[in-house]
Amino acid sequence: MSSISLQSRLPKTYRIKAITQETEMVRTYTFDGSLGAKPGQFLMLWLPGVDEKPFSVAFDDGSETKITFFAVGPMSEALAQSRVGDLVGLRGPFGTSYEWEAGDHIVLVAGGYGAAPMYFVASEAVKHGCTLEAIVGARGKEHLLYLKELESLKHVSLHVSTDDGSVGHKGYNTEVLDQLLEASADPDAADPPIDKVFACGPEMMLKSVLTVSEKHSVPCQLSLERYMKCGFGICGNCVMDPTGQRLCIDGPVVPGHICKKITEFGKYHRDDIGKKHEF
Amino acid sequence: MNLSQTVLGITFDNPTVLVSGILGITSSTWKDVAKKGAGGITTKSLWAKEHRGHPNPTIIETEYWMLNAVGLPDAGPEKAKEEIGDFMKDHPVPLIANIVAGQIEEFAEAAKYIAPLGPDAFEVNISCPNVEDEFGKPFACSAPDAAKVTAAVRKVIGDTPMFVKLSPNVDNIGEIAKACQAEGADGFTVINTVGPGMAIDLRSRMPILANKVGGLSGRAIKPIAVKCIADVYAATDGKCPIIGTGGVYTGEDAIEMMLAGATLIGIGSAISRHGAEVFAQVCEGMQYWCTNEGIDTIADLIGGMHKELATRKS
Repeated sequence: MSSISLQSRLPKTYRIKAITQETEMVRTYTFDGSLGAKPGQFLMLWLPGVDEKPFSVAFDDGSETKITFFAVGPMSEALAQSRVGDLVGLRGPFGTSYEWEAGDHIVLVAGGYGAAPMYFVASEAVKHGCTLEAIVGARGKEHLLYLKELESLKHVSLHVSTDDGSVGHKGYNTEVLDQLLEASADPDAADPPIDKVFACGPEMMLKSVLTVSEKHSVPCQLSLERYMKCGFGICGNCVMDPTGQRLCIDGPVVPGHICKKITEFGKYHRDDIGKKHEF
Repeated sequence: MNLSQTVLGITFDNPTVLVSGILGITSSTWKDVAKKGAGGITTKSLWAKEHRGHPNPTIIETEYWMLNAVGLPDAGPEKAKEEIGDFMKDHPVPLIANIVAGQIEEFAEAAKYIAPLGPDAFEVNISCPNVEDEFGKPFACSAPDAAKVTAAVRKVIGDTPMFVKLSPNVDNIGEIAKACQAEGADGFTVINTVGPGMAIDLRSRMPILANKVGGLSGRAIKPIAVKCIADVYAATDGKCPIIGTGGVYTGEDAIEMMLAGATLIGIGSAISRHGAEVFAQVCEGMQYWCTNEGIDTIADLIGGMHKELATRKS
């Protein structure tokens, strides 16, 4: 509970310090300030006069905070119109983070803009002597994110997959995961066995990551998404059936064995009025 | 000490109740909160038809207060039937169905479809302070309007117990309670959020809540809640059970509300600091205090301040 006292539940406005255009639809904004976020945690980002939504933290080094987003709805499209120097409110950090032990051999599975928090994990985990296999997947070459950044880290091996085969493995990133876990199980394998799988991306991809990880008996940690309002566990909008767990408190990073108890995982989610929508 | 009480024919294992608007969207959550120690559950406000809430930011908080303008979102009858139906199958603790509407006849419409689902009681929300742009001043701000809503709901719910949720933002809350009592209200939930209030971001110079204003809750409002409970208890001669709500974080907060006249204790904002475990913590605090003070029956506390004052007068 100690992190809760450090959590800001009232937004504070920061000026956008830098904007990086990652792909046609994806941008990274850098803010001059830190909320002390750990990899996997999220912030509530407020665009005054527009809306406020949860965003995964793409990077927080104690002095700067970055978010990477896909302009997909009215809020993120309005956010994409912002310029350097504009004010954006941030509160948080909220939720759970990815957990590892020093020296772990970890596979990161990133789908779409899930690559941003996976880069944040990698940059922190290598500091603890971890070795990482980063599988970055997207529909096609032009949608791949954070490849250069991941490649620049020591002890990180990059694996790429695209649905259309424009680069890397043609098919799903979970097929690459299956191959890596298969190879790792071989007692003659050169690398140490894989200890953990971390994933961030669309829920159907996460469901597949869980299946593949279970098949090889490797524990996984998955980053889920639900509609959020407060971010600190009282509005009840992000609760999941049938456990009643609040994703903003018990997630967004949820261990695979807990995901198995969440019957709505991979099936449905609720909107801002609590109505169910199937994936 | 046994914390259980029978209130309007409903047995509550302990006096704590999850208030409406907090964590109350799904049956899974109600069951989880009950498992963690709540003596009763109140649903989030249910409408006769789907209702959109306000855009975010909807809830902000500091150590001292919380401000919310969620705007009463609800997916409507189909979802309510599914969730209440699921909860009533297990029925671990009493369920209070909170209903809301913009028009008097819509309160009756909501009550009519919910009554057959079998909730233990109704709570009629006539006091939400953050939908004024849509519906004007809450019904709870006028005794005749509050009475009309009470009568309309009473007509369709038969003998099911009814609590009316009152607003602290009025000149004379006792008068409003009396008007509702005359039209069939059995009890009252005192209080809904205070204000509304406002918070401004200094750099952008913008109000933080998308709705600009929102209801104030949390630690800061407890003295207002205690005063309103005392007023309603006095106005209704202690005959109507009160769910005392507003800034309860500890067992001692709960006891203070009971001395003012509360029978049950609503807890909401405190969950943001202590989790749903706060229900068990408040009960433990009440037990501890009562044991130390040699109090055997929890009901002896209800209205204790009024009784003490009366003793001193005579």
